[in-house]
Amino acid sequence: MEESFVEETENNKETEVAPALIAVHPTEKSVAVAVGSELRVFDLHGDCSVSLVDDSGRSFHTDSIKAIRFGAKGRLFASAGDDKLVKIWTTDSWHCIRTVCSEKRVSAVAISHDGLFVCFADKFGVVWVVGLDDNSENQSSINTKGAPILAHYCSIITSLEFSPDGQFIVSADRDFKIRVTLFPKKPLNGAHEIQSFCLGHTEFVSCLAFVCSSDYPNGFLLSGSGDSTVRLWDFTSGSLLDTCEVGAEAGLVESDREEVCQPAVTDICASSDGSLVAVAIQSLHGVMLLSCDLSMGRLSVVKVVSMDISIPTSLGMSSADHLWMVTGVSSIPGTKFPSLARVRVFSGLQKDNLNTSKCGPILLKDTDVPGGEKLLEKLQGSLSIVEEEKVLEEAAEAVKTAMHNLLIKRPYSVEKRELRKRSRNDRKLKSC
Amino acid sequence: MMSYDSKANLKHNKSTGLPRKRFYRARAHSNPLSDSHFPVPITPYNVDYSEHYPEFFPSGQINNYNGDTTSSLEVKKIQFADIGCGFGGLLVSLATLFPETLMIGMELRDKVTEYVKERIVALRAANPGKYQNISVVRTNSMKYIPNFFEKGQLSKMFFLFPDPHFKEKNHRRRVISPHLLDEYAYVLQVGGIIYTITDVEELGEWMKACLEGHPLFEAITEEELQTDPVVKLLSSATEEGQKVARNGGQTFQAVYKRIAPSETENGVKNLGERSVLN
Ligand SMILES: C[S@@+](CC[C@H](N)C(=O)[O-])C[C@H]1O[C@@H](n2cnc3c(N)ncnc32)[C@H](O)[C@@H]1O
Repeated sequence: MEESFVEETENNKETEVAPALIAVHPTEKSVAVAVGSELRVFDLHGDCSVSLVDDSGRSFHTDSIKAIRFGAKGRLFASAGDDKLVKIWTTDSWHCIRTVCSEKRVSAVAISHDGLFVCFADKFGVVWVVGLDDNSENQSSINTKGAPILAHYCSIITSLEFSPDGQFIVSADRDFKIRVTLFPKKPLNGAHEIQSFCLGHTEFVSCLAFVCSSDYPNGFLLSGSGDSTVRLWDFTSGSLLDTCEVGAEAGLVESDREEVCQPAVTDICASSDGSLVAVAIQSLHGVMLLSCDLSMGRLSVVKVVSMDISIPTSLGMSSADHLWMVTGVSSIPGTKFPSLARVRVFSGLQKDNLNTSKCGPILLKDTDVPGGEKLLEKLQGSLSIVEEEKVLEEAAEAVKTAMHNLLIKRPYSVEKRELRKRSRNDRKLKSC
Repeated sequence: MMSYDSKANLKHNKSTGLPRKRFYRARAHSNPLSDSHFPVPITPYNVDYSEHYPEFFPSGQINNYNGDTTSSLEVKKIQFADIGCGFGGLLVSLATLFPETLMIGMELRDKVTEYVKERIVALRAANPGKYQNISVVRTNSMKYIPNFFEKGQLSKMFFLFPDPHFKEKNHRRRVISPHLLDEYAYVLQVGGIIYTITDVEELGEWMKACLEGHPLFEAITEEELQTDPVVKLLSSATEEGQKVARNGGQTFQAVYKRIAPSETENGVKNLGERSVLN
């Protein structure tokens, strides 16, 4: 189909920068940042930088990392990206225990809660699974391939999540779709049983997160989108419970104009008790905090906490009372600042705290951040980055452009298509 | 009937009797995907039934959904889908065979879709009260099936003489594939039937192998094949089928039934559901 032909060939490598990513260990034992092909880890428990070890003799990642995450229990960590590699690390020694080769570039990754499977999605909309059986200890040098389990036809999968009870795998795509699929006992044979589709977004879905509480241990699904909303779903039925127009709430959407500019939601994360949801939005210097009433199925804005210069590109929360943020980009086209990242931390996120104190969460000074300047030096690459206001602004802008190019569908005019057909024929004629 | 007739007169050019196209444009209250040339309903609730089936959904009722999810009111929904319906021959045959069943053709090509629309309008005008249950929509069925149908909504899906895409690297463009079958299984109710036929032997084998290998489909029995009135239409009702028949070509069909997931394939959930049922 012409449509897919266009999608496959029109990627503009120039603007394809990757946002810096952050992942926090569930109990804040360590924090990882990925910038470009670099994976940086700081061990908060041992108060030291981590040197990653990959016995397979291969280099680490060789192209932009597009997804990082800890497993639910924090024992495993996965990193994956444009070099078509998925690397699985054990977090006690930070050894790479498995390198999986993908046929295509990898856009998302998830680890099953029992730690037995890793799923990853490629840029052609296929989700793959790899088993991490226990006898893998001496297999570290063996590269494995995944088995395809499901697909979003000719779409880019932007996010993959396991449901809190591990029963479902949820995949989101650039075609406004969220698919909830039963994760079978033997996933290598495929995940064929679709539980629901969560439909309602009117632009690409950029991120997913589950929110659960002690009353609702199975939780609900949250999604963020290019349509500038965060939505709350009953994922077993696919019904939309609530929509929060976060772009408009943050005053970023000028709806009176004909061409409405919708800043995309770039990341969401929920606190482990489900009381608070943090949202990163393009052009928002700070984060928006939402509260989630699970019994009513309602989302409401608590407040926007602003930061002077940073528009976070990725968020992370742990059971400790901290919201971690990173702003950064693999490279800024036309500049000499590679692998740029700025890490910031909010503390004081407890709900009571937010309600009573007017100052709300506190943006920690660099010296007060867990791990202190030692951590920042590792994760940011340097401390002097603080001064680079303009560069951070450019980084956010580059990330925005890249996301737009990757996920927003440009109208493809008939004339352009005709031109394309003709030039293809020209080429054929010449080569004859 | 009266209201229909007067409407039909308005919508048709008096001198030629042909339908005036401007009355048959898709309404854009579903969100147009910017890369597509056609609007796509955001959810199945946004499918405009009054536009497709005005006689079944009169009085400007926008869709088949009254906004109340708890309503016990049974609303009529589309039950048959002809995927890649081409010029619509199958829909036309099925319309009178199942006059109370709503069916829709899905077609990617704009001009072909327009043709089918006009064909239906002309049939409705010439046969008052008939052909009210068929319609067509321009869409890419490989991407947007879940936007049109809810879980378990369909009882029949048709894939007649689909494009073969011979080259190995183009197999993923085939409209029957292991992954797309997951979506078809989702929109089909248990017991629903998927009909496929082709004159390309290799494609016939491919479709059969995909269906055979899928845990949610099972071949229907020889007996069911004989008694199902629809099976006879597969090779004769569509334009492509007639062309193949004229040229004396062979056809290869695969007809499968949507089955409930087996306990061994899946996790605890289904075991639980089963024990409740039994
Ligand atoms: C060979 S024709 C067969 C038409 C009809 N079923 C018949 O038997 O006469 C295949 C049809 O499928 C349509 N088609 C191909 N891919 C499609 C897609 N992804 N969605 C909807 N229609 C599609 C084509 O435009 C074409 O009209």
